[in-house]
Amino acid sequence: MNYTLQFGQVTEFLPYLAGGAWLSLQIAFLAFCGGMVIGAFGAMAKTFGGRVVRGITAAYITFFMNTPQLVQIFFIYFALPDAGILLSSYEAVLIGMTLNAGAYLTEIQRAGFQSVHRNEMEAAETLGMSLLQRVRYVIMPHIAKVLFPPLSNQYILMTLGTSMAAIFGVEELTGRAFNINAETFRSIEVFSITAVFYIALTLVASMSLGLAGRYLFRAKMRLI
Amino acid sequence: MPQLEIVDLKAAYEKLVVLEKINLNVEKGEIVSLIGPSGSGKSTLLRVLIGLLPPVAGRVRLDENDIDYANKATLRMLRDRIAIVFQQYNLFQNMTVLQNVTIAPTKVKGRPVAEVTEEAKELLSKVGLADKFNAYPDELSGGQQQRVAIARALALRPEILLLDEVTSALDPELVNEVLDSIRLLAAEGMTMFIVSHEMGFVREVSSRVAFMSDGLIVEIGSPKVVFDAPTIERTKDFVGKILRH
Amino acid sequence: MLERIFSEAPDFFTYYNIIFLLEAMLATFLLSAVGCVIGFGSGFFLAVTRKTTSLAYLPARMVAFVFIEIFRRTPFLVTLMMVFFIFQIANVNISLFTVALISVCFIATAFISEIVRGGFDSVHQTQWDAAATLNMTLFQTLRYVIVPQAWKIILPPVFSFFILFIKDTALASQIGVVELTYAGKVLNNKGFSAALVFGSILVLYFALSYPLARFGVWMEEKLAPARNR
Ligand SMILES: Nc1ncnc2c1ncn2[C@@H]1O[C@H](COP(=O)(O)OP(=O)(O)OP(=O)(O)O)[C@@H](O)[C@H]1O
Ligand SMILES: [Mg+2]
Repeated sequence: MNYTLQFGQVTEFLPYLAGGAWLSLQIAFLAFCGGMVIGAFGAMAKTFGGRVVRGITAAYITFFMNTPQLVQIFFIYFALPDAGILLSSYEAVLIGMTLNAGAYLTEIQRAGFQSVHRNEMEAAETLGMSLLQRVRYVIMPHIAKVLFPPLSNQYILMTLGTSMAAIFGVEELTGRAFNINAETFRSIEVFSITAVFYIALTLVASMSLGLAGRYLFRAKMRLI
Repeated sequence: MPQLEIVDLKAAYEKLVVLEKINLNVEKGEIVSLIGPSGSGKSTLLRVLIGLLPPVAGRVRLDENDIDYANKATLRMLRDRIAIVFQQYNLFQNMTVLQNVTIAPTKVKGRPVAEVTEEAKELLSKVGLADKFNAYPDELSGGQQQRVAIARALALRPEILLLDEVTSALDPELVNEVLDSIRLLAAEGMTMFIVSHEMGFVREVSSRVAFMSDGLIVEIGSPKVVFDAPTIERTKDFVGKILRH
Repeated sequence: MLERIFSEAPDFFTYYNIIFLLEAMLATFLLSAVGCVIGFGSGFFLAVTRKTTSLAYLPARMVAFVFIEIFRRTPFLVTLMMVFFIFQIANVNISLFTVALISVCFIATAFISEIVRGGFDSVHQTQWDAAATLNMTLFQTLRYVIVPQAWKIILPPVFSFFILFIKDTALASQIGVVELTYAGKVLNNKGFSAALVFGSILVLYFALSYPLARFGVWMEEKLAPARNR
């Protein structure tokens, strides 16, 4: 084995990789936001819905949590055209990730709602707060504090999860790493630099989310 | 020559300075009681002595040797000679009463199990727990847990014993029992630090009483002096309030 | 779509294909299970390393920290590629399954180590203090006091991670490991419709993951109420 690491050739591609990282962030952000919306409806459906609505929501969550995101996207990308639904790879990935995130985020948000204890509500009521005040001063801060850490964690896992898009030819960070690798054959250099990108992205996210959680919501969060 | 010398000791929890400047000499076999308002740093002083909170400044000397709390070997030696009964008992929740008492002598000091068990049962019986050997801490009352903690500390055969609020969860009858055993131990030469709010007890048992306030030892002397003729206003206030109860 | 699925089904569910799929399913299961068992061992070791305090162990603590941070923050796909190419360039002859397994071990070590550390930290400080004043070593403290109290906190999330990774190993299909997703691609390439193939693959993953997830929930509830002991 006489392989010498040569980063020189690969460093030329740094701006190209950075562009990919930017796309990764976009995918993670969009899928997370979409997932949050689904999750909010899902959590409400599971908490307040009737039997049928609860059952449908539960089926959705159970299915998406117990099957791989990759195969879900395979299905969306390769099988849906049979039913006349043609999606670009980017759309397929984004829809798959959003639906997947929706399932996990439903569970997280539901747990957050459930953690508002009855006695906290009653304490607020005895203090003579109106319903609106209770929501504003008791329930929302509490939910924010309880929800923020697991949501942050999910966001970071999703940032890593976007690398899956490369398999469908989306040119985000990992996709561009594949491209550079095919051109230069400096595999180890390419993928180690790619790893550094992901580490940097998630470290920045962890630290800023941790700071925000600590100081805005008084949540107990580690910075790293 | 004092067994334990505390010189200009300062300690803090991060930025909060709790012990400003503590000076205290203790002879072998002495019983020194620490009294003072809640939050005055009594527990903190004991935590520093046993090496759970490294001091910021000052010295602690044991038999004329400076203790370096950053040195692991010194710390081991120190904890071999000093035992503590915590204010919150700190019993191991996963162990029975008997295991709580025997774990350190057998596993840390390597003494034979049979001998240690025998001794532990004796100690526990002495503090009225003969029927609780196999109970778990969460099945015991506060006072019972406290007595287990005392037995656990004594099983280490320490030279110096630190007792934090040792009477707070005991009923009057038991207070007398604990008082008796403390006197007995002192007569055998064990040095003791006692933190207590039980002034009758403190007066009975102490060789000296130290009144702490805001991280300082404000007044120290025999129980007679501190309780009956305190020289400092702050002590008078505190003692006056306490004795009126 | 449905008509095509029904017309293809008899050709698809042949004895040979079913065996092929079941074997692939076993590979998927083993990849995650073996990876997590090994990852638990090494993750536990790293968590203990990080609990040491003496200066002599500082380098070990730093190595553990860096290792954990790297593999927690690198996507499985990228780790997989790294390991794959390192072995390829080193010209070491190992199976693709082993390459994937090693990658799973790295990631599992990092994540499980954090779970274990969280478990250690969940044991109340009073217990650590008492052990320290009784002169217990770190090893004795963990063995007699902390682990007996923390394992109930540690086990459920470790099990969840294992189930999570059953699904994440789908990415190993990218380097050609014959696991469930790869089997799907093979059958798809043989001309079976994507809906039928990937639908079946989804069902098989579900069949693997769902009972384990239910077991996980049961275990968590079982362990939850009696906190200590
Ligand atoms: N772990 C800790 N972290 C930060 N501050 C602490 C900690 N423990 C105690 N303190 C603070 O240190 C001060 C002294 O506490 P300490 O427990 O020594 O008081 P005390 O004299 O034992 O009181 P009490 O009679 O109520 O037991 C208090 O102001 C307390 O808030
Ligand atoms: Mg105290």
